[in-house]
Amino acid sequence: MNILVCVSRVPDTATRILVGGDGKTIDKNGVKYIVNPYDEFALEEALRLREKNGGTVTAVTVGTEAATDILRTALAMGVDKAILVKGDEPTDSYYVAYNLAKIAKEINPDLILMGRQSIDFDSFQMPSMLAEMLSLPSVSVVSALRVEDGKITAERDIEGGKETVVCSMPCVVSAQKGLNEPRYPKLPDIMKAKSKPIDTRDAEKTPAKTTVLGMEIPSKARAGKVFEATDANIDEVVRLLKDEAKVI
Amino acid sequence: MKNILVYLEQANNNLKRVSKEIATAAARISGGANVIGLIINSDSEVAKQAAEYAVNKIIKVDVPQLELHSSTAVAKIIADVAKEVAADCLLFPANSAGLEIAPRVAIKLDAGYIADCIDLTANGDEIIARKPVYAGKAVIKTKIETPIKVFSLRPNVFTAKENPVSPEILDKTIELNQSDLSAKVTSITKNEGKLDVLEADIVVSGGRGIKGPEHYNLIENLARALGGAVGASRAVVDAGWRPHSEQVGQTGKTVSPTLYVACGISGAIQHLAGMNASKYILAINKDKDAPIFKNCDYGLIGDLFEILPKLTEKINKVKGL
Repeated sequence: MNILVCVSRVPDTATRILVGGDGKTIDKNGVKYIVNPYDEFALEEALRLREKNGGTVTAVTVGTEAATDILRTALAMGVDKAILVKGDEPTDSYYVAYNLAKIAKEINPDLILMGRQSIDFDSFQMPSMLAEMLSLPSVSVVSALRVEDGKITAERDIEGGKETVVCSMPCVVSAQKGLNEPRYPKLPDIMKAKSKPIDTRDAEKTPAKTTVLGMEIPSKARAGKVFEATDANIDEVVRLLKDEAKVI
Repeated sequence: MKNILVYLEQANNNLKRVSKEIATAAARISGGANVIGLIINSDSEVAKQAAEYAVNKIIKVDVPQLELHSSTAVAKIIADVAKEVAADCLLFPANSAGLEIAPRVAIKLDAGYIADCIDLTANGDEIIARKPVYAGKAVIKTKIETPIKVFSLRPNVFTAKENPVSPEILDKTIELNQSDLSAKVTSITKNEGKLDVLEADIVVSGGRGIKGPEHYNLIENLARALGGAVGASRAVVDAGWRPHSEQVGQTGKTVSPTLYVACGISGAIQHLAGMNASKYILAINKDKDAPIFKNCDYGLIGDLFEILPKLTEKINKVKGL
């Protein structure tokens, strides 16, 4: 089985986000970057499917030269090939999807995996967008996956429950936490990954479909009425919930 | 803008709350444009409810082959209807179905798409959207450059407002090809009687301070007293005490209820990102220096094993239970 895993490079979840000098993007100073956490579930699932069924796992990312580091992580986890589609910092997701679609058309995978969302722009749109560009079906936010007889059966999280989706292959699947427990790359594999080749291509520019006009940090002044938990103070909090927050 | 197409969903033959919210948002940005509601496999009661929210044309589509949901089929139906009515703006709910369908429809219509908007402002033909990024640690102002524009709107953020009209209702039957159903739902399991943190007006979450899954009844009892949903911090989910569907935070769900109660949660930046859009936050923690107390409206410092039963009892008493 031929599997393509799309990965993205995002700020570590512990990052305190500040607005950069352009007023539209984040201040990258001192930001530590990681493999998008949901993409780790996608990588792990691809590796397990390869271990079971054989085949090739290719990791791809669209980004700047800096994104080489997450491809090295993917190689250390065990993917066979890594492709960097190199260009300027991506500014809209159509551009990313378009360039991923070009790679997908070239390597013709049976399955395309990625995280349910990239934790920078949190748009959940890449799986469906890419699938539609390739005229393929897709299933998003998958927490259990079975592959057999040219189709997949996936469990997908919905509001207040789960639904089971059957989908023909090839297809695109986006991974939810719970799908598996991603492996930690071992030190020798991390060392070996450093010298593995990364297939680098030039990204093709696309006309902007969306434009960011500005970025702000939401700040909400909180009352901060904090009390020692005496009986009288618990009563006071109940009163505040009733009279101020009006939730009782 | 001339024609805004709104994808409306029903549950148990009632128009979903989020659909009322996006219909209201459509009317607000319309500036005289038609607001066209699209409902699939619903009876006329749902159309009647949509008419309460300023939808001035309703397209009621029957699709006999579509028993349960299919993202591929629904995307095709919506795109076909959008072309037929010359929609230049489409609104979807940013829920599990909408987030899966909207990007497909956008590609089919060669349209730009902005996901999970928390505000839309019309300025002539231009619509400026505000959308949280980095799990809500920042918000961007953004616009679409293409003639057709697609947005999905975060549930529980836009206010639904009744504004009854007498819409024209158009019945339509659509035949699908087998290939349109290449991804389809075969069964649905609902957590009966359990409110989802994304849909709840009040969320009560537990953190490491709850010490073990056997004490989670304290959280559940308080949630029940308040009529809210049960949530959890990442630590609690990673420990296997609670399911991931309850996780609030950067790698869980981003919630914005009226009241968020954080019990035994210290307030790591990833957790704060997932709940700081809540209207009111009540924090309960034994550590007076916990970061959560710098990000709350109300706080109680003390042992949650003593506080939670008392708080639950007092709330029940006020409610006359």
